[in-house]
Amino acid sequence: MPDTVFHVRKVSKVYRMGEVEVHALRGVNLELFPGEFVVLLGPSGSGKSTLLNILGGLDVPTSGEVYYLDHNLTTAEPAELTRYRREHVGFVFQFYNLIPSLTALENTALVTEIAENPLDPLECLRLVGLEERLNHFPAQMSGGEQQRVAIARAIAKRPEVLLCDEPTGALDYPTGKLVLEVLERVNRELGTITVVITHNVVIAEMADRVIRISSGEIVDIHKNEKKMAPSALTW
Amino acid sequence: MTALNKKLVRDLWRMRGQLVTVALVVACGIATYVTMRGSYESIANAQREYYAKYRFADVFASLKRAPNSLEASIAAIPGVSRVQTRIVVEVTLDVPGLQEPGLGRLVSIPERGVPDLNDLCLRRGRNIEPGRRDEVLVSEAFAKANQLDVGATIGAVINGRWEPLRIVGIALSPEYVYEIRGAEVFPDNRRFGVFWMSREALGPAFNMEGGFNDVSISLSPGGSEAEVISRLDNLMEPYGGLGAYGRYDQISNRFLSDEIVQDRITGIFIPAIFLAVAAFLIHVVLSRLVHTQRSAIGLLKAFGFGNTSVALHYLGFALAAVLLGTLLGVPLGIWLGRGLSRLYQDFFRFPELRFAPTLDMIVSAVAISGAAACFGALSALRSVSALPPAEAMRPESPARFRPGIAERLGLQRFVSLSARMILRNLERRPWKAALSILGLACAGAILIVGFYFYDAIEYLVRVEFQSAAREDVGITFNEPHGSSARFSVERLPGVLRAEPFRAVPARLRFQHRSRRVGILGLSDDRDLRRIVDQHLRVIGLPPEGIVLSQSLAGILGVSPGDTITIEVLEGQRPVRRIIVAGTVEDLIGTSAYMDIGALNRLMREGETVSGAFLSVDPLAAPGLYSFLKKTPAVSGVNVREAMLQSFRNTIAQSLNLSTGALISFACVIAFGIVYNGALIALSERAHELASLRVLGFTRTEIGWMLLGEQAILAGVSIPMGFLMGYGICGLLVYSMQSELYRMPLVISGRTYAFAFITIALASAISGVLIAQKLRNLDLVAVLKARE
Repeated sequence: MPDTVFHVRKVSKVYRMGEVEVHALRGVNLELFPGEFVVLLGPSGSGKSTLLNILGGLDVPTSGEVYYLDHNLTTAEPAELTRYRREHVGFVFQFYNLIPSLTALENTALVTEIAENPLDPLECLRLVGLEERLNHFPAQMSGGEQQRVAIARAIAKRPEVLLCDEPTGALDYPTGKLVLEVLERVNRELGTITVVITHNVVIAEMADRVIRISSGEIVDIHKNEKKMAPSALTW
Repeated sequence: MTALNKKLVRDLWRMRGQLVTVALVVACGIATYVTMRGSYESIANAQREYYAKYRFADVFASLKRAPNSLEASIAAIPGVSRVQTRIVVEVTLDVPGLQEPGLGRLVSIPERGVPDLNDLCLRRGRNIEPGRRDEVLVSEAFAKANQLDVGATIGAVINGRWEPLRIVGIALSPEYVYEIRGAEVFPDNRRFGVFWMSREALGPAFNMEGGFNDVSISLSPGGSEAEVISRLDNLMEPYGGLGAYGRYDQISNRFLSDEIVQDRITGIFIPAIFLAVAAFLIHVVLSRLVHTQRSAIGLLKAFGFGNTSVALHYLGFALAAVLLGTLLGVPLGIWLGRGLSRLYQDFFRFPELRFAPTLDMIVSAVAISGAAACFGALSALRSVSALPPAEAMRPESPARFRPGIAERLGLQRFVSLSARMILRNLERRPWKAALSILGLACAGAILIVGFYFYDAIEYLVRVEFQSAAREDVGITFNEPHGSSARFSVERLPGVLRAEPFRAVPARLRFQHRSRRVGILGLSDDRDLRRIVDQHLRVIGLPPEGIVLSQSLAGILGVSPGDTITIEVLEGQRPVRRIIVAGTVEDLIGTSAYMDIGALNRLMREGETVSGAFLSVDPLAAPGLYSFLKKTPAVSGVNVREAMLQSFRNTIAQSLNLSTGALISFACVIAFGIVYNGALIALSERAHELASLRVLGFTRTEIGWMLLGEQAILAGVSIPMGFLMGYGICGLLVYSMQSELYRMPLVISGRTYAFAFITIALASAISGVLIAQKLRNLDLVAVLKARE
């Protein structure tokens, strides 16, 4: 059994929405291992984003424990969480969230300014196939291109974990596939743990493990015997 | 309340920080308008009413002595309506509590009835009674400064003897609204006062029985002032006439009228700056509001609201700022106006000076602010109207950027990415950046102007009281004395050094232009009284010829080398021609200087002197003063240090109020611009900044990315504000220069430092307030939401 990178023990999260308490997570247990590609599947409101936020150090659970290696994320102060995100986590958003005033290369280089041992931004853009678009601003790029810049930006600081929230949600079919290919390549070549949230069941076929969440609980963890290449996926 | 109005109220509540900062700037605009316009109107009205009610004369003249019979001839001059002849003399006073002698101007009034012209306003006590020769009325300014009340007595040298003057009443005169002696600029009410006493008492005491030495005239409707002055001069010539002049040259009226003109100018200029800034702020705030509410606008239009009603809804923000600004600004303006009026009363004595802002004025203040607000809102409202409903409900396309100035110059290697973000954000909206800089520069300029007055006054003190006048005491004889007086003065107790001077009243004439001045003859070995120009250069006097103030040379239209005519107005009244040897850029008055020997030769007199400048042993000064008080030959004593002290006190009072107000107002502008600028940048970039936080940037790091923009704007604005401030001071110097005084254009390093610190501090405080808001960025929301 490989070493565990993430330990999630009996994690619950309760939000107060006015008068109502919403149980986003109910006693979730989970472990993530080095280099694996995980897909979190579940309907809207199932709690998958809450879990991703907790793994990414954006949120803390109401009860239970989360460890990243020996870092206890449950008890960390906001400044510690910032440092954790800075040093170990890469994020890819559904709507890319690039800095509109910076070019593709600059958006990628931006995070390397705060990282200890970053990759060459140019290399990252090559990895996502954008070496031709280095000096384009976000407004000059298509959605797929912007998302690939976002991936390049996320991996440039050489994170141990890459968290992707619906990375293809805003993209059309061919572009979505292209982005998935890039994620697969990053996972394979850099060995970054990759967690992808999606509605799209087909994407699960490219994962090492598929975790299904429903109503705040993990209902199934399935290990794919044979991973599909993204290019072979159709939806 | 309609649903749209409810939305407006809630939007306003949500944006209360911005609403308040904009409203404060509007309030400053309204307050300065109400204060300055109100002061202008109240003082102009007070002047008009005072002059009319108390029959302020139109033409004035002094002479040596004329028989009363001349009065009929004066009255017969065409254009003359009324004539008032008087006896006016200056005497040494023994002011209680004052070591050095004071100067009293005794002005005759009829024992019975009231003066035909320049009537008095009795403030307290009663009028003098016929036959009571020691009774006087005293000017209110002097009485207040020396805490003299009805019933008090004060000693004066009359006819060579100390006489007690019994104060029976305290009065004001339209002739002395601004009560100063001679050619001074600032009042010294402690040492100079006006006394009115019976003509029957004054006549015998000063050898004026059956005669007069002063005349005031009122003109009949259509009477020509110039014509009357010329004929009056001809009539008075044989009687030692010193030259008649109109109201324009009447010293009190001149100061008062200059002040009124200045009030009118600043009353337009200063509020205009605030309203321009307010319009700009409304423009940026409203543009952003419209931008963030695109879909709401689309929805409203889709529901069938017309363009006008949607535009009016957004105009509500601008009008709310004006309303709030009015509620704050009008009371503030009235309060400041009252303070200013009280201050005015220390300088200008009116029977009544009430700061009474009219409804008209307040309505116009509000209307002007409303117009400025609508102007500021215009472009945002136009974009509201132009937005088609469907377009409005689609998200706006992403902001377009292009390589910034650093890349175009090939300097990108040296510019960090966060700096590039800041520069590109600025470059994307160059007009907004330029206007922000301009607004902040205005704030800086206002500060420079506010502090400048201190610099100017300090410099004036340096030039006039420390470089030019270095004597401890100046004494003036009651009439010119021969050379022996020089030695008598040197032997006075405590006198270390004495430098004689000769002062001669004269009319200088060049072609058709002429001016009455006193020519000051100074000794060639002078050290106590020098001639110093505004650059602190000591000017030498040639052995022949006359040196004129540049302002006087300007009035006469002469330059060095020209020959002018001097008509001496005393003694044998010789008329001579003399060459203008040079001019001096001085700061106060219109002066004419000559070497004392040259002036004596011009007068064809011996070594005659009019007075002396003395250096005095401080320990022996009290003895000297009490000696001078008892010396009838000395009619005037000026103690330099005392003059300086009184000058500083009066000035400090008035400057502190106006500078205090200017500083607070400038802070309101700086704060309003930086706060709103940063808040809007935050709302535009919240998404971007939250993404950066998610990526691991700290709050401090994104704080700099956000506030760097404001820091650059403030940084660029500061030198611009300095330049603007310097320019405005230059304009002020130019527009305020008069025959009475010129302001030196000097701005100290301290002023620049104060302005810098104030702007930097106001910017920093608003920056910190915005930085606090970065805590509340919703990091989780950015993962899901499209901007």
